[in-house]
Amino acid sequence: MSIHTKTLPQLAAGLRAGEFSAVELARHFLGRIEAHGPALNALISVTADTALAQAAEADRLLAQGKGGPLTGIPLVHKDIFCTQGVRTTCGSRMLDNFVAPYDATVVAKLKAAGMVMLGKANMDEFAMGSSNETSFHGPVKNPWNTALVPGGSSGGSAATVAARLAPVATATDTGGSIRQPAALCGLTGLKPTYGRVSRYGMIAFASSLDQGGMMTASAEDAALVLAGMAGFDTRDSTSVDRPVPDYAAALDRPLKGLKIGLLKEFFDKGLDPDMERSVREALAVYQKLGATLTEVSLPSIGLSVPAYYVVAPAECSSNLARFDGVRFGYRCQDPKDLIDLYKRSRGEGFGAEVKRRIMTGTYVLSAGYYDAYYLKAQQVRRLIANDFERAFGEVDVIMGPTTPAPAFGLGDKTSDPITMYLNDIYTIGANLAGLPALSIPCAPVRQLPAGLQIIGRHFDEERLLNVAHAYQRETDWHTKVPAAYE
Amino acid sequence: MSNETWETVIGLEIHAQLATKSKIFSASATEYGAPPNAQASLVDLGYPGVLPVLNRAAVSMAVKFGLAIGAGITPLSVFARKNYFYPDLPKGYQISQYELPIVAKGHMDIVLDDGSVKRVGITRAHLEEDAGKSLHEGLGAHSGIDLNRAGTPLIEIVSEPDLRSAKEAVAYLKKIHTLVRYLEICDGNMQEGSFRCDANVSVRRRGEAKFGTRAEIKNVNSFRFVEKAINYEVARQIDLIESGGKVVQETRLYDPNKDETRSMRSKEEANDYRYFPDPDLLPVEVTPEFIASVRATLPELPDEKAARFVSQFGLSAYDAGVLTSSRELGAYYEAVVQGLPSEPKLAANWVNGELAAALNRDGLEIGASRIGADVLVGLLKRIADGTISGKIAKEVFEAMWDSGAAADAVIEEKGLKQISDPAAIEKAIDEVMAKSPGQLADYRSGKDKLFGYFVGQVMKATGGKANPAQLNELLKKKLAG
Repeated sequence: MSIHTKTLPQLAAGLRAGEFSAVELARHFLGRIEAHGPALNALISVTADTALAQAAEADRLLAQGKGGPLTGIPLVHKDIFCTQGVRTTCGSRMLDNFVAPYDATVVAKLKAAGMVMLGKANMDEFAMGSSNETSFHGPVKNPWNTALVPGGSSGGSAATVAARLAPVATATDTGGSIRQPAALCGLTGLKPTYGRVSRYGMIAFASSLDQGGMMTASAEDAALVLAGMAGFDTRDSTSVDRPVPDYAAALDRPLKGLKIGLLKEFFDKGLDPDMERSVREALAVYQKLGATLTEVSLPSIGLSVPAYYVVAPAECSSNLARFDGVRFGYRCQDPKDLIDLYKRSRGEGFGAEVKRRIMTGTYVLSAGYYDAYYLKAQQVRRLIANDFERAFGEVDVIMGPTTPAPAFGLGDKTSDPITMYLNDIYTIGANLAGLPALSIPCAPVRQLPAGLQIIGRHFDEERLLNVAHAYQRETDWHTKVPAAYE
Repeated sequence: MSNETWETVIGLEIHAQLATKSKIFSASATEYGAPPNAQASLVDLGYPGVLPVLNRAAVSMAVKFGLAIGAGITPLSVFARKNYFYPDLPKGYQISQYELPIVAKGHMDIVLDDGSVKRVGITRAHLEEDAGKSLHEGLGAHSGIDLNRAGTPLIEIVSEPDLRSAKEAVAYLKKIHTLVRYLEICDGNMQEGSFRCDANVSVRRRGEAKFGTRAEIKNVNSFRFVEKAINYEVARQIDLIESGGKVVQETRLYDPNKDETRSMRSKEEANDYRYFPDPDLLPVEVTPEFIASVRATLPELPDEKAARFVSQFGLSAYDAGVLTSSRELGAYYEAVVQGLPSEPKLAANWVNGELAAALNRDGLEIGASRIGADVLVGLLKRIADGTISGKIAKEVFEAMWDSGAAADAVIEEKGLKQISDPAAIEKAIDEVMAKSPGQLADYRSGKDKLFGYFVGQVMKATGGKANPAQLNELLKKKLAG
């Protein structure tokens, strides 16, 4: 087994046993990034010096018998997380020159846990996109087939882990931006409960929906990383003050008696029949493990895409107002007055999809339209949350496909935003309701990765990871690596 | 400025900066006067990724204000974003409260010229953050931005359109000013902008039920300017309508140098602020327990104190009102009364009279008075026990003010002790009568008015020290012959 296909516990054991040092580990992955990163366009920045310094520090700790399960483990941060002294572009021309003066809480926590940052992952501009084609730094390619998209917005994170350029990548999920690329790249991607992970230092797209999480090969790996990321943060009023459980300890609980709800509305005519077959195969595995399947219905879930595309742009139109060319980021050449400075800095600094959403959001919040759009969308959101709550009265987890179909071709959907938006049809519900959800690889569809989505109750990440891990003990889809990156 | 034809309608929006140590959503200091941007943290600068965290002290001050105006406190109030672009607004939105303000309907009573009390409705008061400042002077062709003020907590106090003249508006403004200082939630400094107001002004024909179109006069920073700005604006609107024009809804700026208001922007150019609940902040939960704990910190309020001064000390409503116009003044007065419990009215007259005049002349606040309450007591005691007359007391007061000496020392040094010995007074009367035979004859033939002449002459002869009551009595007897 090569070093880059090891699980996190295996890497941690190797470090402790002296099979390799953290510096060697970092060099190994930096070498892979150098070899494969550019072709995939997976990273925006590579921070080799920082990585080696952090790795050396990890080695010192390990030599003293100190450190935890993440000490010395390399990772890549999505470029939406502020990293002190390191360029943080958010995939945008607007922040192409922006060096963050502070670490996001997620970055600081994982640093404190001993993780080694290799670089910053490419992403859709300001996390707005489902294919990683809106990045100012160009599209990311899917390691399984470089003619295909990796999904988005955390496409760079997905490509990085899928090609094993790093064992872990942080990511964020506003409407599916962790789960959809994880599904399209054959990874385990977890979006925690809203409030479980601090948003401080995570550049905001839609504040009430954004949640930080991660992509890894397996649920076992995700459990360790989540324990390092999660927790209350006094600097984020929407983070929730409750203890962080030992997620790894709950992984091996038996599933006997687990009640799985099949989300009726997700098995609709929009679902690729091969994808449905793959998901149903996965469900059969759960039955074998002693779980029961019941159909559940969320009558309002069909409204999730339109509700999302009102709420998210509304918040984004306001969140992105601070990018005005005055204090940081892109400023146009020779502005002739204030209005010119605003118009050209923003006009030139933002890409087309970001502008589309700012305009949509500005419109739905405008006098005379607020009630019809924003308020209505918030009411729909409430209905969807109620639907989920009712369903969770009957079942422990809800399962369905993560995406309607496997990865599509680069450029296939860029001309029609609505088609692109519909790619998130199965993932948006969890964001609107603030629920934790993850995607794990199930049987491939036409040789391409497919994702099984598992949605849980609020703060029930333990169970989600437990359920995902049980499947991964029975199957080996999560261990598959594209041939070129083995 | 209202007249028989026209009625003025005014509503005020008062911005009071809360006297918290740190800003409403960040840990930066709020102190005034630091070098530009020295008190601007990443949160205040609106950096990518930062988030606001609500300052509990600001909430408690807003609640305190709400309780003091008899308002309901909203159990779950909501912060909203007010979106507009301006360089001194770093995030591109101001965090404010919109649909659910923390303080609901309340009221404030003011005393009108005829002595009657008018209740002014307060629609609401909400918490919000202040913006920064744009600096246009001393930077050549450039403008500068100072974000020290950005994020300073404010309460915006919105009145009903209940005010009917500039005078009423100022009376209301002063009462709010007094109240926030009593509550110690705002330093009330108008020069530094800690306390400022916008006035919504309109006129309508008397008897008309509908309000006229209003103009909003922005950021007027003294009581005097508020009065002048409103009076100017009312006259402008009446002139405009009477000459066939129409008032347009707009924002106007008062220029104190020219004593006029000028159009800033019309409603058509006005921003659509696109308010929506701020998703970065949870609703502010104020529990009955929290309200009770804040209520326990409420001081005696100005109106309560004034009522007590009237009933306990027998003061006029006017005197009581003046004495309670600041917490410090009320405390000073009470200290004087405590030193001389038998003379609360005398104390009121002196505090509101000579002392107020001296403070005013030297531009001092009561806290910086050159004559402390106990020292003033020393003077009032000598008036009360007849050692000096009220008139001499004024002379003594001036000497005390200048030298800082005690009353007795001044009286002693200057020999100002009142003459209360009947023999001495009679002697002085005799001398005056001897020198004024003509006047004496006239008086005795019926010219009663000359009595004053004799009082004056005796006072002059005694250096003003004759006990006035005794002099009156003895003089009457002597003149009668």
